[in-house]
Amino acid sequence: MRYLRGFFILTAIVVAMPFLFPDNYYVTVVAVAAGLNAILAVSLNLLMGYAGQISLGHAAFFGIGAYSSAILTTRFGWNPWLAIVAGMALTCSVAFLVARPILRLKGHYLAMATLGLGIIVNILLVQGERWTGGPDGLGDIPTLSIFGWIVDSDLRWYIVIGSVLLLVVVLAQNIINSRSGRALRALHGSEVAAEMMGINTTATKTAVFVLAALIASLAGSLFSHQQTFVSPESFSFFFSIELVTMVVLGGMASTYGAVLGAVILTFLPELLVVFEEFEVMIFGAILMLMMIFLPQGLLVGFNEQIRKWLLQRARASGGEQRRDIA
Amino acid sequence: MTLLEVEGLSKSFGGVTAIADLCFKVPEQQVYSVIGPNGAGKTTLFNMLSGIYTPNEGSIKFQNRELIGRLPHQVASLGVSRTFQNLQMFFNMSVLDNVKVGCHLRTRSRIWSAALRLPGIFREERQAEAWSREALEFCRLEEFIGQEASALPYGVLKRLEIARALAAKPSLLLMDEPAAGLNDTETVEMRQLIRRICASGVTVLLVEHNMGLVMDVSDRILVIDYGSRLAEGTPTEIQRNPKVIQAYLGGEVQYAV
Repeated sequence: MRYLRGFFILTAIVVAMPFLFPDNYYVTVVAVAAGLNAILAVSLNLLMGYAGQISLGHAAFFGIGAYSSAILTTRFGWNPWLAIVAGMALTCSVAFLVARPILRLKGHYLAMATLGLGIIVNILLVQGERWTGGPDGLGDIPTLSIFGWIVDSDLRWYIVIGSVLLLVVVLAQNIINSRSGRALRALHGSEVAAEMMGINTTATKTAVFVLAALIASLAGSLFSHQQTFVSPESFSFFFSIELVTMVVLGGMASTYGAVLGAVILTFLPELLVVFEEFEVMIFGAILMLMMIFLPQGLLVGFNEQIRKWLLQRARASGGEQRRDIA
Repeated sequence: MTLLEVEGLSKSFGGVTAIADLCFKVPEQQVYSVIGPNGAGKTTLFNMLSGIYTPNEGSIKFQNRELIGRLPHQVASLGVSRTFQNLQMFFNMSVLDNVKVGCHLRTRSRIWSAALRLPGIFREERQAEAWSREALEFCRLEEFIGQEASALPYGVLKRLEIARALAAKPSLLLMDEPAAGLNDTETVEMRQLIRRICASGVTVLLVEHNMGLVMDVSDRILVIDYGSRLAEGTPTEIQRNPKVIQAYLGGEVQYAV
């Protein structure tokens, strides 16, 4: 259960926040956005951080989920839960269809192809006015209700998003520390060696691509119901880049790093509002400094610094223990 | 008993012939070495045996099953494992996890059952760990078990790659220059390790430039030059073969066995 230690810490934080800061704007509104971003970052990290397959089009699947929920509930009067499942089914088939040709590509070429996918989906959302409402978006999306418990307040949304985030984190951690997770990391380390150990790399890449897309689709549906309004700009190329930044900032191949990256990237602009016109500049400067001083990402880099510090302290206090700790 | 039978194998890259009409048979539970000068086509041969390249002509029969047309992971599932000339470790993983990947074919769980931690997963994890420890101990690597692969020196990584391949429980192990870059002590350890592997019932197909090691450890040797067979036989026969001495070793070289 050691690999779930971080999960318990995260659970404690998620549970404690509303009690520590009741009715706080940052907890009930910003943290919900951060939670959604964290779900997306964790899913992207499975694909990018662990399996080493760069995607610059993750927002596409987020968008497919969001618009499936929005269209099916407002235009066809579907039950929101059914719409979520339908959205995930649609995402699954789209992801599956594009996975094979796209994942043949490597490195920059894969990045370009996924970028293209993201842009195509975004154009469809803008141009498909009859269904999607075009650039103006779609409104009046009903909220969710869980066995009669209607999710109609910020705090309730905090509970829903927080629970889904914890669930996604535990799923991701379970996968990483299993046969399939090792297969993912192996194909990142050396594709030819992974094949030689009997891993069907094509099937493995497809599976993780579809899984990441499914989680993004779920996040999209939740976003739709929480905002009650969707428009194409939430699912643009820039949002895909932001998701990549979250993963890199927190630390590639670290689920909790992805969560931390998402939280920082969501909160930072909110906190920098006080600087008014300098906001974006300071935001950029902070990102640059973080990457210069902790290039492996915040969480991974920070852990390493602590380990180094502990090692130095152990060395200073006596030579015999050196071997055990090293 | 013949484990591997190669017949009429040819491969060319854009008009340049790498392997031409090559035939040989590898008997079971022996160390069979392939030697030849740089560029003779040894690694090309390995890449065809493991399914990475598709030959232009010929057949590769492993336990009487045709390997040509199978992808590397399908070849692996029949019981062929390999190491690489230039290390192909998973440097993003720990030593133990590297070897656990070797157990991939001996375990079955899928991504969905792993995500939900269905009951079988725990048992399978324990089993994979036990197998991995066994392979690490076999290669005398138990002291590195808790470390990251990226922290290990080259000589240890060479053995780790072998441990990973052995964790798959192969019938045939292809070793591409296991002693390249090793110092004398490490080379002696490698020689002993290859013998232990063979003694444990695994057939070894070896490509190696260290002649001392090859002559000492091999049961039979195949000499190739320009992609074709120059000679084949026991180490003593090869050392006395005038064609080998003349064409490959150049006149009067003496072996330092």
